[in-house]
Amino acid sequence: MEADTMNVVAPIEIAQPREAPRSASDLEIVFETRGLTVSYGKALAVSDVDLSIYRNLVTAIIGPSGCGKSTFLRSLNRMNDLVPSAKVEGEVLYHGQNIYGDGVDPVEVRRRIGMVFQKPNPFPKSIYDNVAWGLRVLGMKDDLDSRVERALTQAALWDEVKDRLKKSAFGLSGGQQQRLCIARAIAVEPDVVLLDEPASALDPIATSKIEDLMHELKNEYTLVIVTHNMQQAARVADMTAFFTLERTESGGHGVLVEYDETPKIFTQPADKRTEGYVTGRFG
Amino acid sequence: MAVDAGRYSLTLSRRTRRRKGVNVLMQALATLAALAAVAVLALVIISVARRGASALSWDFFTKNAATFGQSGGGVANALVGSLVIVGLATAMAVPVGILIALYVSEFAPPRVGDLVRLVLDVLNGLPSIIIGIFVYGLLVIGSGQAAWKGSFALAIIMLPLVARATQEVLALVPSTLREGALALGASRWRTVLGVVLPTSFGGIITGTVLAVARAAGETAPLLFTTSIAANAVTWDPRQPVLSIPYDIFVLSESPDPADHARAWALGFVLICFVLVTSLSARLLLVRYRKRLEG
Repeated sequence: MEADTMNVVAPIEIAQPREAPRSASDLEIVFETRGLTVSYGKALAVSDVDLSIYRNLVTAIIGPSGCGKSTFLRSLNRMNDLVPSAKVEGEVLYHGQNIYGDGVDPVEVRRRIGMVFQKPNPFPKSIYDNVAWGLRVLGMKDDLDSRVERALTQAALWDEVKDRLKKSAFGLSGGQQQRLCIARAIAVEPDVVLLDEPASALDPIATSKIEDLMHELKNEYTLVIVTHNMQQAARVADMTAFFTLERTESGGHGVLVEYDETPKIFTQPADKRTEGYVTGRFG
Repeated sequence: MAVDAGRYSLTLSRRTRRRKGVNVLMQALATLAALAAVAVLALVIISVARRGASALSWDFFTKNAATFGQSGGGVANALVGSLVIVGLATAMAVPVGILIALYVSEFAPPRVGDLVRLVLDVLNGLPSIIIGIFVYGLLVIGSGQAAWKGSFALAIIMLPLVARATQEVLALVPSTLREGALALGASRWRTVLGVVLPTSFGGIITGTVLAVARAAGETAPLLFTTSIAANAVTWDPRQPVLSIPYDIFVLSESPDPADHARAWALGFVLICFVLVTSLSARLLLVRYRKRLEG
């Protein structure tokens, strides 16, 4: 009987067979945060995070609402700079360099570390210009057409839009718009792509396309994805970090509870809080 | 069991009847007041149109005022003069107004932005005669009148209108668009130029058109700066030129009843221009807002 062979214990299905887990020591570290603490005004958002993110892996950040996942992610490419009250303490080492260090230009940081947002945010321009705009701004104007085609192909969107490149991006479906935003982000050849709940506004089919895409993209880029969907983390991520909300008298703030290879987080978590979250007893 | 009719009565008692009466009265007063506003506008347009219609003719638009003692003539020089003055004022006020709006919404710290907004509102409330005297003292004394000096005065009046309208549409541009551009490694200014401004283009045009409509009707600032004009069509902004509102004033002061009719007709032209531009601008703005917020 087929049912007998199914593992009934695992709370979450780990979809694809994985290559033998590489040991962390032979992976190149892209990001290393040291005591990273972010606050908005007086409110602490996330506190004292030490985390290493490895090259060409998908790292998922999971946890309940308000645990500082997005804040953490946005501190990796200095998007928090745009919030006047945000204050960052500790270090974010990017290939050994503190991105909050003296003389570091946030524009240069973001040029290397791209981002895809929760809601698709295409520019009010044509499909072609959405991808080409960043290339033009960064002076990557040689072979614009082929760069645009390559980015759209990588984002698995080319076949759907190749006949309507000059049409407005607003005519695309939500899922297509989000893949366009991914194409826009990878067109400028970043090193890392941060994805902030990229599928939360999409239907299941569009979501699975984005997830398939992440498996492809990690060959070229380092991906960090924030998601509130545990199944999604289990399906796409090599490494998973679990954040939670630590309650204090003055409200609460996010902390990193556990960080490990994804199968381990979902099947043998070391921390009771992680276990409670992944088995659905909490959060 | 007998129903307690008094307790559960649904008809009006004396007290509630009085309350209902007050309610009806106040509602009627408020409605009347609103109707009065509509009626005033309608009456102004109708009376100006009725008195001026007889003077509207081809000659009215194409000829200059008749020389003293002769009949006929038109307002061509005033029409061209207004075109020159307002056109030049727009060219001065729009770029500066857009830059002010960009500063307030994209670059300024929140407190400074609030302060600049307040200053713009105060500037918008300044009586236009004050601005006229200011420009007279600044530019006219010693060197005489010129169309561009009138434009400068009108530009001061247009500036807060353009800046405030632009700043309001910039505030409607979703912050997610800015973030998307910045996340690509674009600088603030490139983000503004490539994403924020094109997105708010429709709103900026609307604000500009409203400011033009307002400036076209201003008389006081032109009184001191460009009123002593030759009776000829001039496109040269270095010369003083006649303008529509000032010509209305001149014609209405004339002893000739035909000139009075021309004053009414010119007034009618001005009202039509202002109505058409501001109504179409507002319609555009409504559609544009819907698109941006939709």
